[in-house]
Amino acid sequence: MKVRIKAYGIARDITGGTLDLEFDGQTVAHLRKSLYERYPALSGLASMMVAVNQQYAGNEVALHADDEIVLIPPVSGG
Amino acid sequence: MIKITEKTIDVQKVIETASSLGAGAVNVFIGTVRNHAHNKNVVWLEYEAYEAMAVAETRKIIDDAAGRWPLLGWAVSHRIGTLKPGEVAVAVAVSTKHRKESFEACQFIIDRLKEHVPIFKKEVFEDGEEWVGARPEAQPTAQLN
Repeated sequence: MKVRIKAYGIARDITGGTLDLEFDGQTVAHLRKSLYERYPALSGLASMMVAVNQQYAGNEVALHADDEIVLIPPVSGG
Repeated sequence: MIKITEKTIDVQKVIETASSLGAGAVNVFIGTVRNHAHNKNVVWLEYEAYEAMAVAETRKIIDDAAGRWPLLGWAVSHRIGTLKPGEVAVAVAVSTKHRKESFEACQFIIDRLKEHVPIFKKEVFEDGEEWVGARPEAQPTAQLN
């Protein structure tokens, strides 16, 4: 499937910010696999959450083409 | 009130928003920019937020806190953009009937905020820059405000 992804913080530096990604499968796990292949530096982060429609999403969550998908590297507010 | 702002945080406004005539305690946490990290001078910090979700996640934390302590009022304001040492990055205020629960609730909110809310900061040093907490090896030096 094909989705548009936005990234923040160091994940934005690595990916360029907004990207279109076409990958096999339809879950967050499939998306992660494809992302790590395209941007190996992402796997060097302390953590990377995926948010779908403004909620943290586990690997099992199914994605849809019009979902708001955002990469969230380690947060450091405060 | 939950606010993500590029403007200087008005701490007095945060306190007033959280205050309640029925409260005997207002507890305030003010997080400020340190002038050093990793034994280096911090020139400035850059904060950015996934704003819509940052507000939604903060709201969840407040709801959680309100289920644990009898909050009479609360307010959270977080700055984004470029901040120099000494500036206020975040202000949290809660009011409760007695002081004990105001201390506990305020600490709970700022601790959770730092763990869950999608806000990101980059430390800019005289000789480089670093996203805080981004790399596994950066973790041991991370510390709470």
